[in-house]
Amino acid sequence: MSGQPGKAAASFYDEMRSGREGVRGHYRAFQAWLESQSPEALAAKRAEADLTFHRVGITFAVYGDDKGTERLIPFDIIPRIVPAAEWRQLEAGLRQRVKALNRFIHDIYHGQSIVKAGVIPPEQIFCNAQYRPEMQGIDVAGDIYAHVAGIDVVRADGGEFYVLEDNLRVPSGVSYMLENRKMMMRLFPELFARNRVAPIAHYPDMLLENLRSVAPSGVRDPAVVVMTPGMHNSAYFEHAFLAQQMGVELVEGKDLFVDDEQVFMRTTRGPKRVDIIYRRIDDDFLDPLAFRLDSALGVPGLLSVYRAGRVTLANAIGSGVADDKSIYPYVPDMIKFYLDEKPLLRNVPTWQCRKKEHLSHVLAHLSELVVKETHGAGGYGMLIGPAATKAEIENFRPRLAARPDNYIAQPTLALSACPTFVEAGIAPRHIDLRPFVLSGKSITIVPGGLTRVALREGSLVVNSSQGGGTKDTWVLE
Amino acid sequence: MLSRTADHLFWMARYTERAENTARMLDVTLQTSLLPQSEASVELLWRGILGICELQPQYDARFERLAAQSLLAFMTRDPSNPSSIASCLNAARENARAVRGTLTTEVWETINSTWLELKGRLSKVERDPAQFFEWVKYRSHLSRGVTVGTMLRDEALYFSRLGTFLERADNTARILDVRFHALADQGGPDAADESAGGRSIDFYHWAAILRSVSAFEVYRKVYSDTITPARVAELLILRADMPRSLASCMNDVVTNLAQVGNAHSRETERRAGSLQADLQYGRIDVILQHGLHAYLTTFLQRINDLADRVSRDFLVPLATA
Repeated sequence: MSGQPGKAAASFYDEMRSGREGVRGHYRAFQAWLESQSPEALAAKRAEADLTFHRVGITFAVYGDDKGTERLIPFDIIPRIVPAAEWRQLEAGLRQRVKALNRFIHDIYHGQSIVKAGVIPPEQIFCNAQYRPEMQGIDVAGDIYAHVAGIDVVRADGGEFYVLEDNLRVPSGVSYMLENRKMMMRLFPELFARNRVAPIAHYPDMLLENLRSVAPSGVRDPAVVVMTPGMHNSAYFEHAFLAQQMGVELVEGKDLFVDDEQVFMRTTRGPKRVDIIYRRIDDDFLDPLAFRLDSALGVPGLLSVYRAGRVTLANAIGSGVADDKSIYPYVPDMIKFYLDEKPLLRNVPTWQCRKKEHLSHVLAHLSELVVKETHGAGGYGMLIGPAATKAEIENFRPRLAARPDNYIAQPTLALSACPTFVEAGIAPRHIDLRPFVLSGKSITIVPGGLTRVALREGSLVVNSSQGGGTKDTWVLE
Repeated sequence: MLSRTADHLFWMARYTERAENTARMLDVTLQTSLLPQSEASVELLWRGILGICELQPQYDARFERLAAQSLLAFMTRDPSNPSSIASCLNAARENARAVRGTLTTEVWETINSTWLELKGRLSKVERDPAQFFEWVKYRSHLSRGVTVGTMLRDEALYFSRLGTFLERADNTARILDVRFHALADQGGPDAADESAGGRSIDFYHWAAILRSVSAFEVYRKVYSDTITPARVAELLILRADMPRSLASCMNDVVTNLAQVGNAHSRETERRAGSLQADLQYGRIDVILQHGLHAYLTTFLQRINDLADRVSRDFLVPLATA
């Protein structure tokens, strides 16, 4: 399954067409509509979408770019369509996976039975930078740690789904999922009249309900807030969006303070108690007294209130221990261990460079593999062997050899492709999918998720920070 | 509501209002400068703008001499000038962005569109300044209209309205102060002397003041008489039915303040009420007798004191409990 970026045309799964049947069943109505549209009308709609996204301010800041730069994430008007039957399978797999992950995190911070049983080597957990000793023995509401999980899923050349990554800390992108749908309905209402697309607009309601279901015990009518690092954060739009859609306050660290074992926010009418913090800020910055002293973003004393069980943080501190790429290879084992079930979703075969024999294999096959940092995110710091130049590979080799623990390697998957508007017209581009899984009293998932698309021909990197775009995702009844 | 949120709303409204008033001031000065008059008096006109905004030192640091073109650039697009129209609209948008979740979609999109369109407009200021000023005023009308027309009647609206009216009161007082001063300096009519209003060039100056606060037609309607300095002063200070007058602004300040009042704000409300009462029961002849400049200076001090107190009582509470 080693896709060859640049010449991937031969061996990837086309979401819209198959050799045997031509346009796949679930794309036929869309295709017929697309053919009936004039190129001018479509161009006008695309321009309208751009203009609207700018006016609405659905932009993101790019780190390392000029200060204050705001860019649009390119939006493609051809939807990614998933038939309902396929979605049901995927959904069951996601449910199972996230359930096991939450059980795993709870176990790690309590009895560590999975370590004792020899399923996962202890150093993989206790030497992990995301492991938080402060959480050891602490009970969190409902034993839920990853309240909001973004599971990145791709489809390989045989059409089967693989989980690429579990994002359990502060996964973002759900606002794009919602805004993309709103945009499509505004641009092409007739499409929704003709296709039975499962609705997703109730996500903020579900999120609020989910958060309220994990309030500290004994709290009636719990107060929820969204906590943001501030308007210069790249995902600020999403933070503000979610707070507004849920009808709760959007707070920064300086709006909160701790008094008498409680968290309060400063309001125009005096202090008001806060029970659940949906925080979109990393563990390290939450409480300068407990973690990074230099953090101006956090709330001094927050951790002590949290440990006393008088405020809920979503996601929980220390959830990152389960979404690290060095833990990823063990997720299928977790599912067997905690749930005694067969994993429904595949993991990508992964070489763990910390193991000698794996490392030597990886070093010998750098030009065929994708090498990722175990703690990396956003597509930074990775090597895509097949797309890299000789010099880039040789540059990377000593970095890998010096700190093998820091890396894992996987074969380049031939990500599936979906027709996409590009300069030359409509052409297939590679895509992934990030469904959002909510865990509280129960597990809930809105149908679909965020589809990201690599806009450059042959590229497999879908991250928005690296020039990726997005599409509306339809689960079609 | 969060104190920080209220603070952003307050300043969002203030900066929007300030951009509008700066545009009004520049527009009317530009028009007045076209009247037949000596170069010295034209220069005095432009200098008046710097006086109103207290920007003379900043301007002198940037430019060697006073010229209409450099002053226009300084007041419209200069990012180093915090009171330039560009700086104000930018600050309004930054404040709005910080609380966009609290604003209705319409309010946010209006303010954001203004900001997006600003760059293109700024590049054409020289070609047609009047059109640019029209646009700024129009966008401000739109922001305010959309705020009043779509926002829930709650604290978010009240703090934003408080910002609007405190800023407007401040700006109207400044315009009056500097323009009356300028006329006196030119050996024009003594502001207190009603009979001196008849000279033709003065008529245009008084008309310009009225136009800068959209009060020219209003004056005609209210007084049905020739334009005299005393009546201009009365209209812009004491007439509560004139929407940009000090009296009208203070009525709105008091109303909105009453809506948000909390345990700390009693004294602030009292001071606002006292200033409102002074305007409500004031007489223009008494004011002019004691000197308009002295009166307006005190007024500005009281307005600034109110703004400070609003900040302290609601927006940045130092106490944690």
